[in-house]
Amino acid sequence: MKRRGQGDLGFRLTTGVFAVLVVAIVIGIGAVLISESWLSIQKFGLGFWQTTTWDPVAGDFGALPFIWGTLYSSILALLIATPVALGIAVFIAELCPASLRMPLVFLTELLAAIPSIVYGLWGIFVLVPAVRQLEIWTPEALKQIPLFTGPPLGVGMLAAGLILAIMITPFTSSVAREVLKSVPVEQREAAYALGATRFEAIKAALYYARTGIVGAVMLGFGRALGETMAVTMVIGNAPRISASLFAPQYSMAAVIANEFTEADTALYLDALVEIGLVLFAITLFVNILSRVLIWSMKTSFKAASSPALTPAEPEAAA
Amino acid sequence: MTSATWRKAKSAVFVGFCGLSIAVALVPLAFIFFFVVSEGVQALNLDFFTQMPKPVGEAGGGMANAIVGTLLIVGLGAVFAIPTGIMSGVYLSEYAGTRLSSTVRFAADTLNGVPSIVIGVFVYTIAVLPVKQFSALAGGLALGIMMIPIIARTTEELLLLVPGSMREGSLALGATRAQATFSVVLPAALPGILTGVVLALARIAGETAPLLFTSFNNRFFNTTLTQPMASLTVTVFTYAISPYEDWHRQAWAGALVLVAIVFICSLLARVATRRLERMRGR
Repeated sequence: MKRRGQGDLGFRLTTGVFAVLVVAIVIGIGAVLISESWLSIQKFGLGFWQTTTWDPVAGDFGALPFIWGTLYSSILALLIATPVALGIAVFIAELCPASLRMPLVFLTELLAAIPSIVYGLWGIFVLVPAVRQLEIWTPEALKQIPLFTGPPLGVGMLAAGLILAIMITPFTSSVAREVLKSVPVEQREAAYALGATRFEAIKAALYYARTGIVGAVMLGFGRALGETMAVTMVIGNAPRISASLFAPQYSMAAVIANEFTEADTALYLDALVEIGLVLFAITLFVNILSRVLIWSMKTSFKAASSPALTPAEPEAAA
Repeated sequence: MTSATWRKAKSAVFVGFCGLSIAVALVPLAFIFFFVVSEGVQALNLDFFTQMPKPVGEAGGGMANAIVGTLLIVGLGAVFAIPTGIMSGVYLSEYAGTRLSSTVRFAADTLNGVPSIVIGVFVYTIAVLPVKQFSALAGGLALGIMMIPIIARTTEELLLLVPGSMREGSLALGATRAQATFSVVLPAALPGILTGVVLALARIAGETAPLLFTSFNNRFFNTTLTQPMASLTVTVFTYAISPYEDWHRQAWAGALVLVAIVFICSLLARVATRRLERMRGR
């Protein structure tokens, strides 16, 4: 008995050490990023995120254009990708014949498996020329609107938003599909029994699962925020703030990718690491929020489908 | 128009929209495949795999150094990640209810969502800056960190699928928990875990951002792990943003090789999973 107890303890300790390592890596990333960006944090303080000058030669660093570019491109991608991703999720989970389901899941997952560098390559040589053509065709009258000003370059916010949208669609749709699958069948059957059309029944299911759907969308948003290579290759890499979809801009991940090896002063390097730190913090926040949403929805379903209590309208944590 | 036909029309439009979404998503997929294959095939030949890069302006040459580099760096990543991933996966399933396991699960999911460029910055500061030297080891470490959460969660999920009776049976025969896990439960789940590892390797082989300032790049053939090393992805990136026509062609060839790796691995994993499911169903 004694030997066995010791064996179990050893087992628990050995596997536990590796498990703790995973936690240590995450904490380590945060700690190292803070300590390595300390010069920049001390020198610029919060002003770092409020100024727009990015002049490494003069030692003047303001990161507002990068935050702007990251948020703009990610929100743009979200606007394009969300309806499509939800449409795909609904089609695969609710509408398509069972024989089509597996191939469609496989194809959409393939979209998620393509390396980001391949998206970038395709973006440079296929998407950017197409976007440039679109910009040339845009009527002059429309170009007066701030959203469409600027010369037709091809590279810029629109190309970045489009490529991000393609890249995050499979993530959002696969999580949304899982979420829809966990909606109790009774929910839909009840709707059909009341004479609902397909649209009305699915709308009810979507509403029922809204917390998880929001979580799925947030998860896609988190992916878009951190995406590096494809964006770097098509966004134009110009540190400025513009509302125009046609203007070349920059993103947080892209400036790190482009300038990290060129950082010749300690302050320059620390400024770039600080951008990395904030990117880490933002994606952490978005990912945690999305997981909490998905998780709270799933647990509320479990509670709702237990036979003891079957409320007509379960409280999905909103 | 009566309200019933209006509602039916609305429903039909909705169903149409959902079908259309599939098409909208599959069009870029088809486009990417078309261009990668048609452009890549033109530049892909035996030289691509066996020759070194030629100096700018000279036609021909290949990416032999980058292919070997990718294999080595991904291999290093696997060496770092497989033991850590599988062992923490074992902990997660064996001690599922403990506070540590929920912390670890949370950390793994968090790590999975950390942008790859941030992992690159992290590894640069811990493994490149102190020795003032880009190295294949640093690149492997970065890729390893990215693989750990995938392998850990896959291992956990697959271990939980193994019937409890198998574990109980071996415990009843007097096995310790370690023996039950490593000689009964883990082997039962091993084919699935290997599938997950292959998928993780394929995904990680396509990563560029974490390698940009860890393993960096190298125009020459190098197998010394403490030196900068070329990789397919970083080379494709360098070639793609260069102004040279010939390099663009080679970049497409590199992209084709990357996509082929991912595609073949996904297909193999799919076949393996299906076979596993059939075995389990029997």
